[in-house]
Amino acid sequence: MTEFQAASKMRELMTEYYIEAKTTKEKPIAWVTSGAPVEFLYTMDVLPIYPENHSAMCGAAHKSLELIEAAEAVGFSPDICSYARTDFGADMTKGGPIQGLPAPDMLLCSTNICKTVIKWYEVVARNYNVPLFIVDTPFMHDGLTRDLIDYTTTQFKNLEEFLTGFTGRSFDLDRFEEVLKFSLEAANYWKKILQLGKTKPSPFNSQDTFIHLAPIVTLRGTQKCADYYKILYEEIRDLAAKKVGSIPKEKYRTLWDNLPIWFKLRRLAEFFEDKKCALVVATYTNSWGGLGDDYDPKNPYEGLAKAYLSVYINSGFEHRINYLASLIDEYSLTGFILHSDRSCKPYSIGMYRMQEEVTRLTGKPGVIIEGDMCDPRVYSDAQTETRLEAFIESMEDSE
Amino acid sequence: MSYFAGIDVGSLTADAVLIDETSNIISYAILPTGHDSQKAGTMAFRTALEQAGALEVDVAGVVSTGYSRGRVEEAGNSKTEISCHARGAFYYFPEVGTIIDIGGQDSKAIRVRPDGRVLDFAMNDKCAAGTGRFLEVMAGALNAPLEMMGKLALESTVEITISSTCTVFTESEVVSLISQGRKPPDIASAICRAIANRTSGLATRVGVADTVVMTGGVAKNRAVVKMLSEKLGHIIMVPEEPQIIGALGAAIIAREGGS
Ligand SMILES: Nc1ncnc2c1ncn2[C@@H]1O[C@H](COP(=O)(O)OP(=O)(O)OP(=O)(O)O)[C@@H](O)[C@H]1O
Ligand code: SF4
Ligand SMILES: [Mg+2]
Repeated sequence: MTEFQAASKMRELMTEYYIEAKTTKEKPIAWVTSGAPVEFLYTMDVLPIYPENHSAMCGAAHKSLELIEAAEAVGFSPDICSYARTDFGADMTKGGPIQGLPAPDMLLCSTNICKTVIKWYEVVARNYNVPLFIVDTPFMHDGLTRDLIDYTTTQFKNLEEFLTGFTGRSFDLDRFEEVLKFSLEAANYWKKILQLGKTKPSPFNSQDTFIHLAPIVTLRGTQKCADYYKILYEEIRDLAAKKVGSIPKEKYRTLWDNLPIWFKLRRLAEFFEDKKCALVVATYTNSWGGLGDDYDPKNPYEGLAKAYLSVYINSGFEHRINYLASLIDEYSLTGFILHSDRSCKPYSIGMYRMQEEVTRLTGKPGVIIEGDMCDPRVYSDAQTETRLEAFIESMEDSE
Repeated sequence: MSYFAGIDVGSLTADAVLIDETSNIISYAILPTGHDSQKAGTMAFRTALEQAGALEVDVAGVVSTGYSRGRVEEAGNSKTEISCHARGAFYYFPEVGTIIDIGGQDSKAIRVRPDGRVLDFAMNDKCAAGTGRFLEVMAGALNAPLEMMGKLALESTVEITISSTCTVFTESEVVSLISQGRKPPDIASAICRAIANRTSGLATRVGVADTVVMTGGVAKNRAVVKMLSEKLGHIIMVPEEPQIIGALGAAIIAREGGS
């Protein structure tokens, strides 16, 4: 894995963020899903906290299993998303690297990532007896339609009213504009960073971007977040200009689809490096880069609605297939890896068909590996590595 | 005369094949992998050497494959089973298009190019149902020798279906079928069909070419081969000793210079 100079800055940011979350007296705390429109919260000085990000952190710290087991012990099914199980377990036991999250004063849940989050947040709402606001973003079967945009925009207005009632303060449009500006700035830098993966050799590995995703998930809408991605962008841009690759001898260039396997990040990074295979683009990290694409300063609500509707896993099958094929082309990839994540059904469904179609469109080999982002019990090193190695051999054979 | 060797340490058996400079098979060995996979690889290699009356110094190159490919000390290089089975099957059947390898823990379907190199492959999911280990457990439950499962199944007269795909559940299903007085050939047949059905899905995923070859230990089970062939609507070729094809492919890769 690449150790960027900016990494220490990121660790500082994240530490500060969690310290503030744990100690704040004045700011109300909202637990939110990763695809929620947090710009509204930052505008109202409500501090957003992300159980998903926290679960990922527990997974990367090899702490998720004990939390998952705690959740299952009280009756949560092993078929539920492991982010949710990790979160329930952390909340019950106050375990994990930061001993659980601070209690929420409200909840904001958006269904653009999946429908699991509705039930998950309902459980939390019951546990803490706090209000829950659900943004219902319909699935984009056939692209972005006027109905979808209007339906979502209306809910953003409702959210605004809800927050005004909840905080007892009025919604400050100037402040909203400023928050949006920071949010877009961060997203645009993030996007520029990810596009540097087109450089040969790639200056970063997707494994690196999984880690550097933390601020844009949690701090999107703040100045420090925008500033951070500017620094990171400049560092990576210079590496790209000097043709410094993230792995010493890049021979294969691949795409990673779906969530990372947090508890295997390091082992897989070493595995890929050894095989001269760089992961240069990931649909997961790309999801946070597109926020600026639809922004319209004259109509910020609609722009946000479009952005939050258009996230990758909220879009139809055809679109995903074409998107993957276009990434393979744009990033000059030699193959693609589909992680069938046992937890994340909306992300994993239809993968066999997807593999077939993408290969048909691009002529590039693909592989499906089975895993999970936080539950190590459903992952096998030997099985996965044999599949990945055979995939790399097939890229070699197709040279 | 120099030799080349391939060592395939799989989840159940450790196989070694010795070939000469023109790829003639000189000798081979099939041993159980057991708990010490490193030792099993070495033992298989030594046994093959002994049979050929050769010494380790006569061997110019060794390539390892199989689950424990990284733990074979004698090998200068390693390749996955996918590439090795492809190469080995190509040796016997140069017109091969699709290969189905069912071993102890994994089943794989491999699609190859006209030159025998891998085009695409599919493997079973995490669950070992439908693999050789599944057959062994069911042979145990039926109290029949593994080698006889195929023959037994072909004597079946009444068709029964096994519904579960899980090894553990199927074992108890078999036990209850026995207690219901069902005949062992009918049960064996249901077990073999369950494997054939699962595997046919893998094969259709990569595509069934004109020439289909089956390798790995389960190819010795004639009932599985027959049922799979019926299911795919296609003849399936089986090499003389299907269990050594991975090791043979590794030996050929060693002869070609290791990659
Ligand atoms: N004589 C036989 N008759 C029928 N089946 C057999 C016979 N010998 C072995 N088998 C089957 O072959 C299986 C072992 O196959 P093989 O040696 O190819 O596995 P492996 O390479 O060790 O496993 P893997 O490739 O999954 O790691 C056994 O589980 C058994 O079901
Ligand atoms: S199911 Fe998938 S999208 Fe939903 S919370 Fe879990 S990981 Fe995220
Ligand atoms: Mg094998």
